Amino acid sequence: MDHSFPGHGHGPTNAAGASHGSLRSYVIGFGLSVILTVAAFWVVMDHVLPPSSVIPTIFALAIVQIGVHLFFFLHLNFSSEQRWNVTAFAFAIIVVFIVILGSLWIIHNMTERMIPVQPMPSLQQQP
Amino acid sequence: MPIDAAAAHGGHEHGHHDHAQEQMDTKVFGFWLYLMTDCILFATAFAGVAVNGHSYAGGPTGRDIFELNGVALETACLLISSVTYGVAMLAAHRQNKSGVLLWLAITALFGLGFIGLEVKEFAHLVAIGDGPERSAFLSSFFLLVATHGCHVTAGLLWMSTLMFQLGVMKKPLNTTYMSRLTCLSLFWHFLDIVWIGVFTVVYLLGVTA
Repeated sequence: MDHSFPGHGHGPTNAAGASHGSLRSYVIGFGLSVILTVAAFWVVMDHVLPPSSVIPTIFALAIVQIGVHLFFFLHLNFSSEQRWNVTAFAFAIIVVFIVILGSLWIIHNMTERMIPVQPMPSLQQQP
Repeated sequence: MPIDAAAAHGGHEHGHHDHAQEQMDTKVFGFWLYLMTDCILFATAFAGVAVNGHSYAGGPTGRDIFELNGVALETACLLISSVTYGVAMLAAHRQNKSGVLLWLAITALFGLGFIGLEVKEFAHLVAIGDGPERSAFLSSFFLLVATHGCHVTAGLLWMSTLMFQLGVMKKPLNTTYMSRLTCLSLFWHFLDIVWIGVFTVVYLLGVTA
C-alpha cells in the first residue's frame, strides 16, 4: 500500500516521502492489467480455447491480475512494516473462501438431497 | 505553492512530526482493516452469485443480457481511474496541490463514466423486464453489481469532498489531508480489485457457463 510516508524498505526516517510507489510502478501495473484483462475478454469473446479450459483460464487471469493490483497499485509486500497489513489481508482471504466455497458446498448438497418434485416451469427451470 | 505545513513542522519540531506520522499510519491501518471487512461483505454477495448463477426461473441467462463491450468499457474506466489516482498520490507526496486536484478531477471523470455505464445497463435491464425481481440469478446479479456501484459512488462523493476541501477551502496537504487522500486511494484501488472479480465471475463466466 502506498499509505506510509516512509515508503517501503527505506526505514521510518524518510518522512519527506521520497518513495511510495513511483510512476514506474503504476505504469507497469497498468500495462500488465491491460494485457491480463484483454486476454480474459479475448478468451471468452473469440472462443479461442476449448470450452473446458475457458473457465480455469479466466479464473487464473483474474487471480494474477489481483496480484498485480495488490503489488503495483496498493504496494502490498512482505516487508516488516507491512506485516500486519498482509496478516489482515490473509485472514480476510481465508474468510472469503470459507464464505464462498462453504455456500456452494451447502447449497450443492441441499439440491442433491432434494426430493424431486413436479416441475413448476414458471418458477424453476434448471439448465 | 504554499509551504507544506507538515514539512515545515518537521523542520523544527521533530518529535511532534513523528507523532503525527504515527497517528496517520494508525488511521490508515484502521482503514485497511475496514477494507478487509468489506472484502467479507463482497464475499457474501459473490457467494449469492455463485449459488444462484443458474437459477434463471425461465428468464434470461447471462448470455442473453450481458453486453461484453460495455463491460470492457467499464473495466477500462475503472482501471484508468486507478492509475490516475496513483498519479494524484504521487503529486500529493511532492506537495503539488494543483497536481492533486487535476488528477483527482480526471479520476472522478473516469469514475463517473463507470457509474454512467452501469446505470445505463441497469436501466436497460429493468426497462425490458429483467430487473432484480425476475429471477434469483438476476437478484444476485443486481445485489453484487449494485453493491459495488454504491461503493464507487461513495468514493466519488468522498473524492469531491476532498477536492472541495483542498481546492476551495484551501486546506494544506498536511498529515490530516495526506491520511484522507491515502485512505481514499486504498478504497479506490480496492474497488478496482473487486471489479476484477465482478467482470470475471459475473460477466465472463455468465456468458460462458
